[in-house]
Amino acid sequence: MAEAAAKTAPRRWSQRSIAPWLFLAPGLIMFTIYVLWPIVESVTLSFYDWNGLYDRDGNFTGRFLGMGNYRELMTDPAFTVSLWNNLKWLVLYMLALPAGLFIAIFLNQTVRGIRIYKSLFFFPFVISQVVVGLIFSWFYAPNFGLFYKLIESITGQGVAVLADPTLVTYGIIAAGLWPQIAYVMILYLTGLNNVAPDQIEAARLDGAKGWRMLWYVVLPQLRPATFIAVIVTVIGALRSFDLVSIMTNGGPFGSSRVLSYYMFEMALGEYGFRMGYGAAIAVVLFAIMMVFISGFIWKMWRDERER
Amino acid sequence: MVHKLTGALALGAVLMLSTSAFAQDKRVVTWNADYDPIPLAAAEALIADFEAANPDIDIQMTNFDHEAYKNAIRNFLTADPPDLANWYAANRMRPFVEAGLFADITDVWEANGLKDALASSVPSASIDGKFYAIPYTYYQWGIYYNRDAYKAAGVEVPGPEGLTWDQFLANCEKFKAAGIDCVTTGSSALWPVAGIFDYVSMRTNGYQFHSDLAAGKISWTSPEVAAVFENFGKLQPFVTANHAAIDWQDAAALLVQGKAANYVMGNFAVGVFKEGGMTNDNLGFMVFPEITPGIPRAEEAPTDTIHLTSGAKNPEDAKKFLAFMASAEAQTKWNAAVGQLPTNKNASVDAADPFLTAGFQALSTATGGIAQFWDRDADAEYAKVGMEGFQQFLVQPDQLPAILDRLEQTRLRLYPQ
Amino acid sequence: MFPRPIQKSSTAAQWIYTIALPVALLIWLFPLLGVALTSVRPASDLAQGNYFGMPSGIAWENYKFIFTQTPIGQYMINSLWVTIPTVIGAVGLSLMTGFALAVYGFRANLLVFFLFVAGNFVPFQILMVPVRDMTLNLGMYDTWYGLALFHIAFQTGFCTLFMRNFIKALPFELIEAARVEGVSEWRIFAYIVLPLMRPAIAALSVLVFTFIWNDFFWATVLTQGVDSQPITAGLSSLNGQWIAQWHLVSAGSILAALPPVVMFFLMQKHFIAGLTLGAVK
Repeated sequence: MAEAAAKTAPRRWSQRSIAPWLFLAPGLIMFTIYVLWPIVESVTLSFYDWNGLYDRDGNFTGRFLGMGNYRELMTDPAFTVSLWNNLKWLVLYMLALPAGLFIAIFLNQTVRGIRIYKSLFFFPFVISQVVVGLIFSWFYAPNFGLFYKLIESITGQGVAVLADPTLVTYGIIAAGLWPQIAYVMILYLTGLNNVAPDQIEAARLDGAKGWRMLWYVVLPQLRPATFIAVIVTVIGALRSFDLVSIMTNGGPFGSSRVLSYYMFEMALGEYGFRMGYGAAIAVVLFAIMMVFISGFIWKMWRDERER
Repeated sequence: MVHKLTGALALGAVLMLSTSAFAQDKRVVTWNADYDPIPLAAAEALIADFEAANPDIDIQMTNFDHEAYKNAIRNFLTADPPDLANWYAANRMRPFVEAGLFADITDVWEANGLKDALASSVPSASIDGKFYAIPYTYYQWGIYYNRDAYKAAGVEVPGPEGLTWDQFLANCEKFKAAGIDCVTTGSSALWPVAGIFDYVSMRTNGYQFHSDLAAGKISWTSPEVAAVFENFGKLQPFVTANHAAIDWQDAAALLVQGKAANYVMGNFAVGVFKEGGMTNDNLGFMVFPEITPGIPRAEEAPTDTIHLTSGAKNPEDAKKFLAFMASAEAQTKWNAAVGQLPTNKNASVDAADPFLTAGFQALSTATGGIAQFWDRDADAEYAKVGMEGFQQFLVQPDQLPAILDRLEQTRLRLYPQ
Repeated sequence: MFPRPIQKSSTAAQWIYTIALPVALLIWLFPLLGVALTSVRPASDLAQGNYFGMPSGIAWENYKFIFTQTPIGQYMINSLWVTIPTVIGAVGLSLMTGFALAVYGFRANLLVFFLFVAGNFVPFQILMVPVRDMTLNLGMYDTWYGLALFHIAFQTGFCTLFMRNFIKALPFELIEAARVEGVSEWRIFAYIVLPLMRPAIAALSVLVFTFIWNDFFWATVLTQGVDSQPITAGLSSLNGQWIAQWHLVSAGSILAALPPVVMFFLMQKHFIAGLTLGAVK
């Protein structure tokens, strides 16, 4: 593109140097106001103690604390539980990759009606997490829920997943995996579509099949799909707000809290309204996410340079 | 202005017709409320009465979903304040008073002789000697029980005098043998467990202890607290197993179906029990049993209030309405419709309702004191950590040392010694 | 092709596959089917403990009930009020930003591009308090446009990534030729690039529609009442009133899920094209 610019007349030059900024302006301004600037504000707020109220004249009523909120985080057991649960989410969410790949391979055939099957398998991703949460709450419901009944018929004793402090997080993660697997599946289906047939055939002639074929021939070609799948799965795991909110409100006694929910609870929950403390939690979550974002950006930057 | 309506279900349509029809040339008073359908209808009836007596005033109510309201009020008080807003007495109104969002209505109290008529609510409606709330209703807590479940388990049905603690626990053993939950609750929203805890706490150590505990004045490692949890622990094995996964209404269904015998609840649950098919014949009420002999009996009776906001556009007419809501006749009518108790001592209670009369009786003889409820007596954050601890204890009683340690840490942080 | 086409396998394997497909699907969608069935189950069945047996009848009245006795219709309309302007706004803005970042080689290009991409992945919670506060102060709290404005801004991040990569893949010679003929930059955008963007616009529109329709977090943070609450938040608050009335919860859930599902089936190709952007390359 740089050489393209060099060829044109100087009069066009000025138009062309100003044009990108004019095109960018509306989007960039909106994005700055609603996304970039609030990040700065949240970080600032995390050094304050503020209950979210303004006085009648509209003055901010917060009190500067310095690192106080962060110090409190270090000794807050609820924060530890949330962080630990976030880790469980991250690790277990990764199951969406093999599961999604498995279903994608299962469905990557050309039989009659396969397209309908593919879209029906994709279904859970299209519906709202609120609905997914309600569906699984019903599934787990004590005394009459399908899952409860199932366990009861096998072991003689039903399990109320959402009331059990040790199981509750896994129960919610299972609900979250359902749409997430569907998402990963569609990524891999598209990826499989683009696997070079000649390489497969060549490998087949060499006698490769099954696992070896998958591992040495197919998976390397699926690398772009895997990369995207990891990114969206990590983000999905760290954004896990909706399901926790719908299914348990973080309970029982806070056992299923994750950072995203704990932050909301502290800032806007019924017994919360500690905006500064909530902001501090958000900053921690942001820092965790930044690790992954940086990795993503780094890879994109490398790809851009290779072009 | 668009007339807002929320959560009102079928009654919404009625409300729309009744309040927006002739709204043009009247002075408008706006009121944000959080009523369920039955109280909403009762409030609508009061509005109609008030508007009939004051034809130049139009009360426009915006009704919110009860749970959503707790969040919404924080926004609208600063962003778009109505003239009047529903809320709760005692510690729950303190943040709004301190931020200057609720207006001082001491003049309404004085002009209408409310310090006398609403004497029992003076402490909970005032902060530092100034009044910020009009209490118009409260309701008793206690034990609601299913007589059929008692009969099914072969347990003697409690009489009007209630039970002793030992009798109650002995009954629980029998219920357990019969496969019936002795005590049920649905604690997914946390607060129902606070009701049980408060009673065990007040019966073990008295009202002042409850009040001091909620105010952060008592250490969770003290022997008094240990005594409370010892008694709480006696109840623990008999509480519905999956209470943490269900809502209080789900647990109400267990009582209705006779799968549970007793329910520590507020009187508002009677409507749900009756909707489920219970009648005055098989639904019973008793006060929570005495535990430590000789301690003056205290009861929980959370008070609901209306407030004038500081941003009110029409405070004069709003105050007229507040005075009306404090009056004996308005409170008699509203509470009769809703099945709660008026705070105005000159108001009357429907004698035909056994639960109201029992509640009125229980509260008027509660010499120990009237508690507002754990989450209204305690500061919000402290209340939440406390309720999580109570819930955890009911699920994992062996975790008690860790629970008490956490509560004590929170107390020391919130109330530095 | 991987795996080996089933047609090349034994007849037995083919039979097994033909049977396994519907069975697997049934298991996969089991929770959803259960809810769909419950949504037309008469309330009396649930009261009698008949949760999973044959329904005693098909109760369309559950749907009638939630439409006539609850504001669910209003919630759905609110969702449209938020969703449609967001789709138009985010797609419109990102067409321009994507164009700017794909076509011009200015110095801050990559930096701006990465800002959009990174912002798109940020946790919502870090934006929550300031965005809510700003929306309150601007008097846009609890309005469809307050919510839509935020969504437009936030979705612009993702949409820019998409548009920019799409435009990059267009033949650059077209733009070159136009420039040589002295066509202004705006006309190049409007008359040369825009007509080629139809598939991208379609793909993004369905995607953004689905994302926004399904959004719960911001609906909770920025709206509160029947007047402006979208269906997700509305369903959540109705759920609070419908305790133990699973036939109503189910009917509400099905209704809330319907529009994105319909959208998906109508625009399946675009939807998947949008979602899998970058998965192959």
